[in-house]
Amino acid sequence: MTQMALVIDLNVCVGCQACVTSCKSWNTSGTAGALADLRPYDEDPTGTFFNRVQTFEVGSYPNTETVHFPKSCLHCEEPPCVPVCPTGASYKREEDGIVLVDYDKCIGCKYCSWACPYGARELDMERKEMTKCTLCVDRIYNEDLPERDRKPACVLACPTSARLFGDVHDPESVVSTAIRERGGYQLMPEWATQPANHYLPRRKTEISIRPDQIMRTDNPRKVDGLQPKPDASSPALDDAASW
Amino acid sequence: MNPAFSVILLTTLTGTSQGLFLAMFGAHLMHALNMPSIDPGSDFYIAGTVVSLLLAGGGLVASFFHLGRPERAWRTATMWRTSWLSREVIVLPAFMGSVALYGLGHLLDWAPQAVLAIGAAGAFFAVALFICTGMIYACLKFLQEWATPLTVVNYLVLGCASGVTLASASAAFSAASLTPAFTLAAVALTLLGLATRSASLIRNSRIRHRSTLQSAIGIHHPRIVQKSQGLMGGSFNTREFFHHRTLAFLRSVKWTFLLLAFILPLPLLAFGALNASAPLLCLAFVIQYIGLLAERWYFFAQANHPQNLYYQTIS
Repeated sequence: MTQMALVIDLNVCVGCQACVTSCKSWNTSGTAGALADLRPYDEDPTGTFFNRVQTFEVGSYPNTETVHFPKSCLHCEEPPCVPVCPTGASYKREEDGIVLVDYDKCIGCKYCSWACPYGARELDMERKEMTKCTLCVDRIYNEDLPERDRKPACVLACPTSARLFGDVHDPESVVSTAIRERGGYQLMPEWATQPANHYLPRRKTEISIRPDQIMRTDNPRKVDGLQPKPDASSPALDDAASW
Repeated sequence: MNPAFSVILLTTLTGTSQGLFLAMFGAHLMHALNMPSIDPGSDFYIAGTVVSLLLAGGGLVASFFHLGRPERAWRTATMWRTSWLSREVIVLPAFMGSVALYGLGHLLDWAPQAVLAIGAAGAFFAVALFICTGMIYACLKFLQEWATPLTVVNYLVLGCASGVTLASASAAFSAASLTPAFTLAAVALTLLGLATRSASLIRNSRIRHRSTLQSAIGIHHPRIVQKSQGLMGGSFNTREFFHHRTLAFLRSVKWTFLLLAFILPLPLLAFGALNASAPLLCLAFVIQYIGLLAERWYFFAQANHPQNLYYQTIS
């Protein structure tokens, strides 16, 4: 079974909000209908967003880190928002595991938003329907778009490639590899919702220089006028005559 | 959570309606089984049915104000296999239908067994409706204030208490001989409600929330401070899940509902029964109902949704 998901790299997210605006721009322009955007230039602006970037400060001064934290629907493998829906408007697709709302069936009772511990669903103030991240389901299979553009709008917008997109059930996919090799984790694991989206933790930034990079064992341009030494792994006289 | 007045009205009105019907059917059953009881006569049943239907109907109307798209409400009956809300939507009309038939049976003098069978069905649906309503909240496991059997018990007991209080007031008008029995039951249920609601208050005051800011963003550091929530003017997330009141206000609502729903009705019921005074019994019901409105407001406001962890600081 396929489970499409986002993997978000907190190590490189710079909090530029490009994914937020790109998401809103794509999803307010689609066939599903516009997303509310009330009083955008007034004192009390509000509206529907599928994706938001929050900022947290971790640690105490001077040892603090600013973590920008993009937050959208996690497309749980055990979505608690789906079984509670009284009309079946909230559902999880068999073929790719995306959790979607059938807007025409939604009665706007908000019960699914109560059942989501992450607050990933928002009732649109104008449409009076529950809305949420669709993983740009109208982009990722859209044959009218060039193949490189068949990705969620937020992924394409990210200037630091902090957002990876792929099938987390395919062990060879870019997202599975990232989760495996870089300690990808899920949010609020205590509720067993098994979010498909994962987050990659901050990494320690260290300088790593191997000895051969300093020794310049390989110096093909001979700019220093010396003969290149044999590379570090090949046998040398010293190996045989260490006495 | 931010309490929605439509849901407060829905749960309190239908709860009273169910309790009233159960009280009526209880009296009917006692009489039918030849237990020591008094036949109140069909006027009492017809009046009770009308009041019960009006209350449930009022709740049903109120529930539509909670919906963004009420014109699609018919779809809610489809997911009864998984959704307690869907089950409630099926059971509520079934209950109202049984109550209407029950009243009609008394009005048109149908065969006593048939009326009793319809009443039994109504009683079954009344209890089922209490369970559905309670489970809507109790099944949300990360809303830890609600995720307890006490939630279902409280919906059942508080609905019955207000319904039986109303039944004693109603009996004072049309079947005075039944008033003492109903009043006694109302006092017992109110005391039971005080016990079960206090139990849930005590449980909730000691709750340890499983989700923390650390588990919410997956960074395990003791000191994390939110610097921005990604918006400045408010959103669905900041409106729907928090009551926007002070703790002092919450505390005052708690003591208000304990006083109005449980303490004050007791002397009123006692004096009302002793003096066979319909106005006193009506007053007891009105005060208890207002108390239950406050109780329901507090029930919603007290529930702390884990998504609020993401919305601690505006900017």
